[in-house]
Amino acid sequence: MVVVRMKSVFLLQLFYSLASSLYFHIGETEKKCFIEEIPDETMIIGNYRTQLYDKQREEYLPATQGLGMFVEVKDPDDKVILSRQYGSEGRFTFTSHTPGEHQICLHSNSSKFALFAGGMLRVHLDIQVGEHANNYAEIAAKDKLTELQLRVRQLVEQVDQIQKEQNYQRYREERFRQTSESTNQRVLWWSIVQTLILVAIGIWQMRHLKSFFEAKKLV
Amino acid sequence: MEEVRMDSLPHNGDEIDHVALRWSHPGKQLEVPCGLRPEPPELLSIMCGSRLLQVLCAQLLWVWVMGSELTFELPDNAKQCFYEDIILGTKCTLEFQVVTGGHYDVDCRLEDPEGTTLYKEMKKQYDSFTFTAAKNGTYKFCFSNEFSTFTHKTVYFDFQVGDDPPLFPNENRVTALTQMESACVSIHEALKSVIDYQTHFRLREAQGRSRAEDLNTRVAFWSIGEAVILLVVSISQVVLLRSFFSDKKTTTTRVGS
Repeated sequence: MVVVRMKSVFLLQLFYSLASSLYFHIGETEKKCFIEEIPDETMIIGNYRTQLYDKQREEYLPATQGLGMFVEVKDPDDKVILSRQYGSEGRFTFTSHTPGEHQICLHSNSSKFALFAGGMLRVHLDIQVGEHANNYAEIAAKDKLTELQLRVRQLVEQVDQIQKEQNYQRYREERFRQTSESTNQRVLWWSIVQTLILVAIGIWQMRHLKSFFEAKKLV
Repeated sequence: MEEVRMDSLPHNGDEIDHVALRWSHPGKQLEVPCGLRPEPPELLSIMCGSRLLQVLCAQLLWVWVMGSELTFELPDNAKQCFYEDIILGTKCTLEFQVVTGGHYDVDCRLEDPEGTTLYKEMKKQYDSFTFTAAKNGTYKFCFSNEFSTFTHKTVYFDFQVGDDPPLFPNENRVTALTQMESACVSIHEALKSVIDYQTHFRLREAQGRSRAEDLNTRVAFWSIGEAVILLVVSISQVVLLRSFFSDKKTTTTRVGS
């Protein structure tokens, strides 16, 4: 006979439903954007859950079926790589093909103002990047790995991520260096050109005024 | 306290040596094996046969608490708040850094469920704050850019709650690990800190690069603008001077220097 005390389990379950992720409030037409600067070939998994404020019960309840969120993901070249509408609870995945700043934007698709009724929508969001996005239980089951093998696999994934990031870092440092060198060049050219313009203007002014005064018979 | 008797659950009459508790979240399954486990006190206990199985409740907590790392844009005169429900006794860390915008500073405030301010700093570029949750409930932290009139800021924050989820659902810290496994664990921790340093380095580099690009565009505009102004001023000087000596004037006016 096995007896399980479920009180703590329910308590934890309660906290789980609330504590699973960070949340924030979003207005009806508001668009919230998050930036992820990632190297290429990195997978990102985003999970979100929405809750709507119920005025009668004065608490946040899971949103109705009609209310969904529109998710748009842009790559560093401002090209849209994911643009989809999900329900009140959703999960979106994408893999980056170019390194750089990717922008993940969320906004609700509500066109019925009565739904929000002046309140806010509570959005629970969780974004997992790279190695954190891996589901190790799935990998272990698929490849039939032992505990030790799974741990080593996790280490390999982590080192992979570090390597990609270092690569990306090299590319960014190059861009930074190019920008600095371009600024250096521009300052150099500008100072030379400015000096030349100044001298030329000065000479022109003097010559012009001299000929003007001579014409006026003042000199 | 609610009790669920295992004999009421379907099983084929054999001695139960594995209890699987399936949570409501799809895809996540916690398997709790029966067996003897040492103290400390826990919230969940399972009795198998005649032995009491102690399962660390903290283990269940470990499965569920995670960290959140986000970078978002904070428009001028705006305030953005984030909330998280935290259980008593959890060690949490809030780290933030301003990536781009203006003077690279932001106001940050962290409040506990009763509204007491645990951390408040104005115009900070980056900071790290660790605290242990003294109460159960919703903790709120806000970033404010209300002091700025026209600069948008990009803010990165990392809010770690508790420990990272363990690799195996039935992992138990008190269980002895083999040398290989403990070597793996220490390498994992070291790599985590490497990734953390990399993130901070990336943010610093992004900050430096954004300043350099700003400088570059400013120099470009300024040099062109100044050349144009120079030409305009010098030509108008000459024109003005000529107008002083125009034939219409009968008296000789003293030309101002």
